[in-house]
Amino acid sequence: MAQQDITKHRYTNGKPNLRRFHQARWDEPIIFELSCEGQRGILVPEVEVGIRDEIGDVLATLPENMRRKQLPKLPELSQPQVLRHYVRLSQENLGADLNVEIGQGTCTMKYSPKINDQLASHPKLAELHPLQDEETVQGILEIMYRFEQMLKEISGMDRFSLQPAAGSAAIYANVSIIRAYHESRGEAGQRDEFITTIFSHPSNAACAQTAGFKVITLYPDEDGYPDLDALKAAVSERTAGLLITNPEDTGIFNPRIEEFVRVVHDAGGLCVYDQANANGILGITRAREAGFDLCHFNLHKTFSSPHGCGGPGAGASGVTEELARFLPVPLVEFGGERYYLDYDRPDSVGKLRPFYGYVPVVLRAYAWVMSLGAEGLREVAEIAVLNNNYLLNKMLEIPGVSAPYAKGKRRIEQVRYSWEELAQETGVHSEELGIRAADFGIHYWTSHHPFVVPEPCTLEPTESFSKDDLDEYVAIMEHVANEARTNPELVKTAPHNSTIHTIDHSPLDDPSQWAMTWRAYRRKVGREKGWHSRGKIAPQRTSYCVKR
Amino acid sequence: MRMVEKRLGLIVNPVAGIGGRVGLKGSDGAEIQKRALELGAVPQSLNRAIQALERIEAVDGLEVITYPGEMGEDAARPCGFQPTVIGSIKPGETTPEDTMNAAREMRRLNVKLLLFAGGDGTARDIYSAVGEGLPVLGIPAGVKIHSAVFGTNPLNAGDLAALYLQGKASSLREAEVMDIDEEAFRQGIVSAKLYGYLKVPFQRRLLQGLKTPSSPREQAAMAAIAADVVSKMEDGWLYIIGPGTTTRAITSRLGLDKTLIGVDVVAEGKLITADVTESQLLRLLEGRKAKIVVTPIGGQGCIFGRGNQQISPKVIREVGRDNIIVVSTTGKIHSLRGQPLWVDTGDREVDEMLSGHVRVVTGYNEQIVYRVSW
Repeated sequence: MAQQDITKHRYTNGKPNLRRFHQARWDEPIIFELSCEGQRGILVPEVEVGIRDEIGDVLATLPENMRRKQLPKLPELSQPQVLRHYVRLSQENLGADLNVEIGQGTCTMKYSPKINDQLASHPKLAELHPLQDEETVQGILEIMYRFEQMLKEISGMDRFSLQPAAGSAAIYANVSIIRAYHESRGEAGQRDEFITTIFSHPSNAACAQTAGFKVITLYPDEDGYPDLDALKAAVSERTAGLLITNPEDTGIFNPRIEEFVRVVHDAGGLCVYDQANANGILGITRAREAGFDLCHFNLHKTFSSPHGCGGPGAGASGVTEELARFLPVPLVEFGGERYYLDYDRPDSVGKLRPFYGYVPVVLRAYAWVMSLGAEGLREVAEIAVLNNNYLLNKMLEIPGVSAPYAKGKRRIEQVRYSWEELAQETGVHSEELGIRAADFGIHYWTSHHPFVVPEPCTLEPTESFSKDDLDEYVAIMEHVANEARTNPELVKTAPHNSTIHTIDHSPLDDPSQWAMTWRAYRRKVGREKGWHSRGKIAPQRTSYCVKR
Repeated sequence: MRMVEKRLGLIVNPVAGIGGRVGLKGSDGAEIQKRALELGAVPQSLNRAIQALERIEAVDGLEVITYPGEMGEDAARPCGFQPTVIGSIKPGETTPEDTMNAAREMRRLNVKLLLFAGGDGTARDIYSAVGEGLPVLGIPAGVKIHSAVFGTNPLNAGDLAALYLQGKASSLREAEVMDIDEEAFRQGIVSAKLYGYLKVPFQRRLLQGLKTPSSPREQAAMAAIAADVVSKMEDGWLYIIGPGTTTRAITSRLGLDKTLIGVDVVAEGKLITADVTESQLLRLLEGRKAKIVVTPIGGQGCIFGRGNQQISPKVIREVGRDNIIVVSTTGKIHSLRGQPLWVDTGDREVDEMLSGHVRVVTGYNEQIVYRVSW
């Protein structure tokens, strides 16, 4: 008797059946509403009489101006209540550990091995104090030192700082280093322009502007490649540098990258390679070979550290020997016998983060590289590119979707797709398709600015997802696109199986409603309206706790 | 019975577009319309209006107010609407006055949006009847579509109208009403004029998900451009400010009024001459250093030669290419879909001088390098 295929029910005509997903809905209040006076997770025992007599009132040793006038307004809950609360919230979610997370293109949502989290939370690291004597932290200094050697090998650069806390912080550091370089040559005031391309990650333009530079953005040429003639028209004696992502956010590799670097060098500028996402080129190309002077990696993208919902991450900033003296302090050095932090660097652009930077993130990335080795890193890139081009081919079989620019060419690690044709035909827009997909347990977000590609979505499958995962993803996309034709209202009113409905994005589009700082909030919302002002707590909330 | 919550005004110019297919370059005037019909032209506007209305059908609580027969009723009924029909027409002999009367009446009836099918001529008629008195949106159905008040096609116009009526696209922007002289155009001469601005719904790219905040709204973007240009203004220079709402933000920042559809000259933060002609400009330029500030026309990207002919080839030569400041919101640049900016000054040498790559000021300390062709 032939063996029964136990997976048979999951397929129809060779295609995966769609998952009948429904998100958990707990109607869970916010934690402050759950608070009930007197409830505790842990009851800390009173100090024994003998000790109290010896020590006296510990709080009295604190300076008067450091003591709180009022107790902090913390919620009061028991341990199981706290556990239930957060597990419930985690279920009302479609996070990286739940779905085929390839819809967050440019974010490189690869799998973050759990063992690396265990290493990072091991007491040997977790209980270190940043003010400990160097002699007692030789282990972690060694890991930081060795990880820098690995990044040097991967990029071809000569020195790295592990201080920046994110990709944008690393770009800001690199921009600061370039300013210091031009200052050292007496050209600081003159060189006040940075050049970038419109499909470079927008953090590049933002960081240069934040640092006080003017930003010149190049539009692509007719074929969608970065426009060399536009670059030639943009460079001058005012050029401080070039900030460029490659492959760009469209997944297109710049075939003239060396010429770009040469044109900027000829004008006296320096070149920075944004390698936040280097997933498609690990072990294949290096920033240095293309002539770049600086680069940066996001350890929470390419090197698998978790994104952690916006942090902490780490952006490693790498430079040539000539620029090493400007790197942020401290650098980790090895004196032959012991490792130490070098703060004595007079030309440094200064300090970016307190102490060492984000050490647990570095440890996770180090563990990830050690588990793969050099050949493994190259294999990561190869599989990521293979996955992406497989997905590209399958996606383009769906009527109504296209991959604008560089027609007929393969892409590196991601693709910015356009649903324009489908939207024209059905009136259903990309964002609505992405939200409807959530009813089947996956999702995508459209794309970040600039809003050049109409009806976009950017998919980046990385190396972590199997052919089955990709097939399931495409099957859902195909189904949703088909629904847009047959039942557009169903798609437009999605999600139907999720915890919450759609949210209003419009305030994000209105700078008058933004408050990036506390001072801005006070200015815009007003002193009296701000509930934090004068130590007042939020307006009266409904309490879920029955008063006894 | 459905609750009526909002009113949509609908005007169809039944002869719009009639001259296009038979090569007449326009449909203005009874004589041309007659010739077009003789040449076998079939009216386009009714079908195009229906295409747009089909996208609006699903909007709840909508009352359609329209003119009889071919001026709207004939489009509304096949789409399932029971329109309130007002006014009267002579079938087969409708005139621009009918369009203007309809627009005025719809403003009086307080429609939330006036949707019209037509071309530049229709847009002009509506502009002269109601100005910026109510939100208006065009379904492109004419031969000449130079104005920025139209959806890119009937379906998009319908989608945008539906979003606006449902309150999902609530902001309005001022869009150019342009027209060219058809008679001159038939003889191969393009002479475009800016007539004014209509208030049209603005579809912020609300269909983009937001990992990071999107580019600021048009108004904020214009304010940032103005801040950049004003901060770099130097004493001793004349500033020739072209027409448009983006350039108006610059004069507003200086505390000055702007001739919206004309060219003003500013120096040392003061208005020197408003609404200048070419000869006035040439006189002002004698012995003076000057810069020209212009913005592309929305949706089509012309920077010289349409609606700003006062800044003539001679004026441009006098000022010099390096002293031209092009300003535009990034939204307006992206809406060109990669098509270059263009110039048509009437002087080939000047057009060539202006073509190539230009720096466009898009915000405070922000520029985009963009192609210009002729």
